[in-house]
Amino acid sequence: MRWMMLALALPVAAQNWTTFSGNTLGHRHSPLKQLTRTNAAALKPVWVYQIDKTDKFEASPVVVDGVMYISEPPSDVTALETRSGRVLWKYRRVLPDDVRFCCGKVNRGVAVLGDKVYLGTLDAHLVALDAATGNVVWDVEVASRKSGYSVTAAPLVVKDKVIVGIAGGEFGIRGFLDAYDAKTGKRAWRFWTVPAAGEKGTETWKGESYQHGSAGTWVTGTYDPGLNLIYWGTGNPGPDWNGETRTGDNLYSDAVIAVDADTGKLKWYFQFTPHDIHDWDSTQVPVLADLPWKGTVRKLLLFANRNAFYYVLDRATGEYLLGKQYVRQTWAQKELDPKGRPLRLPNTEPTEQGTTVYPNSAGATNFYTPSYSPVTKLFYVNTRDEGGVFYSRRDDYKEGSWFLAGRFISKPGEEARGAVKALDPATGVPKWEFPMFSPSWSGVLSTAGGLVFVGAHEGDFFALDDTTGKLLWRFPTGGKIFANPVSYLSEGKQQVAIAAGHALFAFGLEGER
Amino acid sequence: MKIWMAGVVMTVGAAWAQDVERNYQLHCAFCHGRGDDGFAANLKSPRLPHAPSDAALFQIIQNGIPGTDMPPAIGLSEPEIRGLVQYVRALGRTAPERVAGNARHGEELFWGKGTCGGCHMAGGRGGRQGPDLSEVGAKRSPANLRQSLVEPEASIAGGFVLVNLTTKDGKKITGVRLNENTFSIQVRDLQDKIHSLRKSGLAEVKRELGKSTMPSYKSLSGPELDDLVAYLYSLRGGL
Repeated sequence: MRWMMLALALPVAAQNWTTFSGNTLGHRHSPLKQLTRTNAAALKPVWVYQIDKTDKFEASPVVVDGVMYISEPPSDVTALETRSGRVLWKYRRVLPDDVRFCCGKVNRGVAVLGDKVYLGTLDAHLVALDAATGNVVWDVEVASRKSGYSVTAAPLVVKDKVIVGIAGGEFGIRGFLDAYDAKTGKRAWRFWTVPAAGEKGTETWKGESYQHGSAGTWVTGTYDPGLNLIYWGTGNPGPDWNGETRTGDNLYSDAVIAVDADTGKLKWYFQFTPHDIHDWDSTQVPVLADLPWKGTVRKLLLFANRNAFYYVLDRATGEYLLGKQYVRQTWAQKELDPKGRPLRLPNTEPTEQGTTVYPNSAGATNFYTPSYSPVTKLFYVNTRDEGGVFYSRRDDYKEGSWFLAGRFISKPGEEARGAVKALDPATGVPKWEFPMFSPSWSGVLSTAGGLVFVGAHEGDFFALDDTTGKLLWRFPTGGKIFANPVSYLSEGKQQVAIAAGHALFAFGLEGER
Repeated sequence: MKIWMAGVVMTVGAAWAQDVERNYQLHCAFCHGRGDDGFAANLKSPRLPHAPSDAALFQIIQNGIPGTDMPPAIGLSEPEIRGLVQYVRALGRTAPERVAGNARHGEELFWGKGTCGGCHMAGGRGGRQGPDLSEVGAKRSPANLRQSLVEPEASIAGGFVLVNLTTKDGKKITGVRLNENTFSIQVRDLQDKIHSLRKSGLAEVKRELGKSTMPSYKSLSGPELDDLVAYLYSLRGGL
């Protein structure tokens, strides 16, 4: 009974983890305080749920009132009770043989609204499931899988709509962001991330190259209810590593777009890497925070980009406020121009013989999410320090086939490293760093109890002091981590969960008796 | 006429090879690089764990490997896939070449004067410091083997990293790294002893990437080197 009272004393949002990043602002921060710097050392697994596939397990769970909803590869959903990890129901999707995917049969999570669970699928559908049974309520095609489209991102619920991003940037798709009516599945709007003939922006593409310009939207974005704007990162222009056929800035690739949540109309955009030729998708999570900026509190958008620069924008207008290198890079001058445009260095483009550049195509960070703590007012990001050798070639577009025009390898003779960095959001300067043996593919979670949780590539999941970066606890899961941690209450007790290897681990101070 | 016919055959053969190369670049190189420098499985290996036979390799290219990031090659015809099978096999296996030396004498050098067997295994016996050479003849050309004997650091086998560790109490350990993460490192030292050390107890971790403890064998005579290469090249593990 005591747990019920504790739970009732907290707002529902604090008990639960209701959306991909915990809130629509992209904070991946839990206001829960049961786990602290003092007791973190006593954390232990309270249950483990094993999946029965060996594909990469990238899910970020959603938790509502003691029920956890996870996606499993390739396009499945399981509902578990958080008290025991016992399965309540499973949805298993039979995929056709001809799905296209660039980087594994992955899925990064579901969305929940009321009595429905929403899943994007590898065959590019959006499915609404009954949250109580897993039965299909509706199932709509988002785009044609035969053209290389797929959905791997968790959808984002915004009011009465489900926002869905698309993947397929390595197959020359034309990217978009969609909104669907949550009740019926009817499409409400579509914003094309590559403009059509005659539209503003096509002048940034050579000839008709915009038709296969990619710019996917394959990581979940964020939403500001006050401004009623959705913010979403866009992916690389296609083809990835040879820009000769698409000279120009290639809008709206490698950008953050701000669109009206009701209409999908573009309010503003900011392009981080014009005419990208290194596959540095800007699909990181745009983090929304209200912070003092030169004496006045402003509505800011914080963005740690794959291109090795950290940005601060005004999220009402898109005004560029700050750009700061936060990881080693050798492709641009250290300072951006006054409008935030990078100043490219010569001889950094991919060639037939290969060109060495930092970072490699995996970037300074990637699809895994950063965290912003309203308590410490620090921006936590998991960073990668790894050079690459970039090669280019000519590829012709063919529907549904690879459209890469090159490739990259990690720089030979060198071991890559990683680090969790706590950046001052106003300056991009690290307050502390926690070095890691290798770059990790884990997101970061901060909690109001003073903790930062993150995973290492070799499988350790650990907790750091959010103000100093000091290691407080770790657990070797034994599996590589390609996922984002979450935290919630289960029967009044705080748990932290992470997918690692082929299992989901829930940690707490006390397990089920 | 005969010359013209040969020209046609050569042109067709060259075009076929070009198509196969293009298909490899388009469908495979994104993850596998040139075979051994990508982030997916090393194809420059005489044995591919998922593909013991050409038929199995064909199936893998056609259908992908469930439970891994290996996708099916959508849009390739069966002849194109067969071309890729040949291409991938050629990456991992050296074509038989005639070599000048005497393999039997090379074997005597390997286990005797050369003391190679003190550090390397071949056919189930030998030392553990260096790579197992039981299939090295299927992986490397005679020229590459000869170069490695004279310049051991010219091409270090993947995964072999020499490390020098200093503990906080001043103890030094040199050996081959077996494993490492953010918090610990496991090493086989030069006396074959395995150490597992917490990094919190180490003052320094020095990784000698590209370095080898193997001595150069340039002091061997030319015929002796020929013989040693012939023996190493004969080690094909039944392939």
